[in-house]
Amino acid sequence: MESNKGILVVGLTQRGKLIPAAYELLTAGRALADTLKEPLAAVVLGSKVSDYAKEFIERGADKVFVIEHASLENFNDELHAKAVAELVEKEKFGKVLIAATVAGKSLGARLTVKLKAGLAADATEVYQNGTGLKAKRAQFSGNIISEVQFASATQIATVQPMTYPRAEKQAGRTGETVSVAFNPGFARIEFVSFQAEESNEVDLGAAEKIVSGGRGLGNADGFKAIRDLAHAIGAAVGASRAVVDSGWIPYRHQVGLTGRTVRPKLYIACGISGQIQHLAGMSSSGTIVAINPDPECPMMQMASIAIQGDANELLPLITAEIKARKGAAAA
Amino acid sequence: MSLNIVVCVKNTPTTTNVSVDPATGKIKSSGLVYAMNPFDEYAVEEAVRLKERIPGSTATALTVGPDSSESVVRDAISRGIDAGVIVSGPEFDGDNAYSASFALAAAIKKLNAEKPVTIVLFGKNTNDGNSGMVGAETAAWLDWPGVVSVKKIDSIDDKIAVVWRMMEDGTDVLKVTLPACLSTTKEINEPRLPSLKGKMAAKKAAVPKWTASDLGLNAAQLSELAPSLVAKCSTPPARPAGMKVEGASAAEKAKKLVDILIERKLI
Repeated sequence: MESNKGILVVGLTQRGKLIPAAYELLTAGRALADTLKEPLAAVVLGSKVSDYAKEFIERGADKVFVIEHASLENFNDELHAKAVAELVEKEKFGKVLIAATVAGKSLGARLTVKLKAGLAADATEVYQNGTGLKAKRAQFSGNIISEVQFASATQIATVQPMTYPRAEKQAGRTGETVSVAFNPGFARIEFVSFQAEESNEVDLGAAEKIVSGGRGLGNADGFKAIRDLAHAIGAAVGASRAVVDSGWIPYRHQVGLTGRTVRPKLYIACGISGQIQHLAGMSSSGTIVAINPDPECPMMQMASIAIQGDANELLPLITAEIKARKGAAAA
Repeated sequence: MSLNIVVCVKNTPTTTNVSVDPATGKIKSSGLVYAMNPFDEYAVEEAVRLKERIPGSTATALTVGPDSSESVVRDAISRGIDAGVIVSGPEFDGDNAYSASFALAAAIKKLNAEKPVTIVLFGKNTNDGNSGMVGAETAAWLDWPGVVSVKKIDSIDDKIAVVWRMMEDGTDVLKVTLPACLSTTKEINEPRLPSLKGKMAAKKAAVPKWTASDLGLNAAQLSELAPSLVAKCSTPPARPAGMKVEGASAAEKAKKLVDILIERKLI
């Protein structure tokens, strides 16, 4: 099938701010654009988002479409899909990259049907070879990597956050900005309110560092030491399913197939033995540190750095050591 | 006022520890045992809870898959669902979210024509494909509103549902015009086990099988159900071997770990 031309990166905003993974898409998109010798475009959607156009251009986009409308302030499955689909149909983009966040995955699903366009969900790699676009994604809790190929004129991938580095700013880079009118029409989903949760904490999905706790902490109080270390190094707090099910910490902290998939540079697993569902959510992390009394457990076997011992004893010592070093460095 | 609920379920392997046939690049399916996708248990439970909340409501379990998938419909009935339907046929064997959601939407249209459907519930994702796309794609095929990541159905009647959507940074509260498709998270409830009464009902239930022609689908529609597909499968590369941090005391181990993390510029 004759492919459409051009790559579109979708810049979703949440609570008025661009999601950080959008700049990661620019890295993936720029590589595709250079391989294919096609232009890289981006679209940014929200209620007041035009300021991001310059940012996108400086980070690699050749052209930025700005769709500003009050109805796009909060993610709405139908309206966001309508806005992006209208743009893709008008401009006949060949490839559409979306970050695989809650909103991005919902958008990708709606677009694949609306545009009759193939979709690779949660891609961990997107590349072009001699026979077309390919995307890799995990299945079966990460035990299987499947390679997706496309047979449609437009091809969509939702890309796992933290898979690609964020595109750097290149001062003075120029490009075109186009404002696009949007008529939402009748909306069947009405946004009522937003309840922020633990806003002082780093979001798991976008975290470069995660300190995660499991059953080995003994009880819910064990998470105090996890949070102390997380705060000391600017990390997000993760957890295994077992402790979430036990009510030690809310579900949103759960890492794994049933919870969130994460790809931080550093993952510190404390008292987590490493059930396959948990490993599925974090095995792509850069460096994995495991702290566990059982050297034979799956997490200790998989770890880049394994420390045999009790997390409750080791965590305060590690946090104190880090604080002492930082204090010494600052002095 | 009562609800007519549809809950979509899938029969999936009970293990994710599967292997690839290197000759074909496909997953070896022989010897695998199948059961209800564990995430679908939450959707089934929520359907049963909605029935309990609004007496007179009915719930139908719907699946697409090979004939053997009938067992997953019976499992749903054993958990309190009233009836079930299986959509089956070679046209839907591709096992991709696009064709599965197309088949589900066609069946939901048929159910909707018999008696208007209020709400369609899905699990978060399947434990085999893992994409989490089917609920939102079904909404798109039906041109109904779709909400993913639903952790609570706060209020519902036959016209409007107020739902809580778990986002990365908190919870969105949304007012959704029905009918709509909702994909649930595991936070929405705690599934109960099948009851003895349910198991009896499941055994006795007649589970109709609908084919593409029963759903009024034509060859042209069915020929366009794979805009993307899995070319081949492989196992992920092994992680590089790790190192052990040894020490005579916990303090020494802690200090050594911090040394390594600083040296590798990880903190």
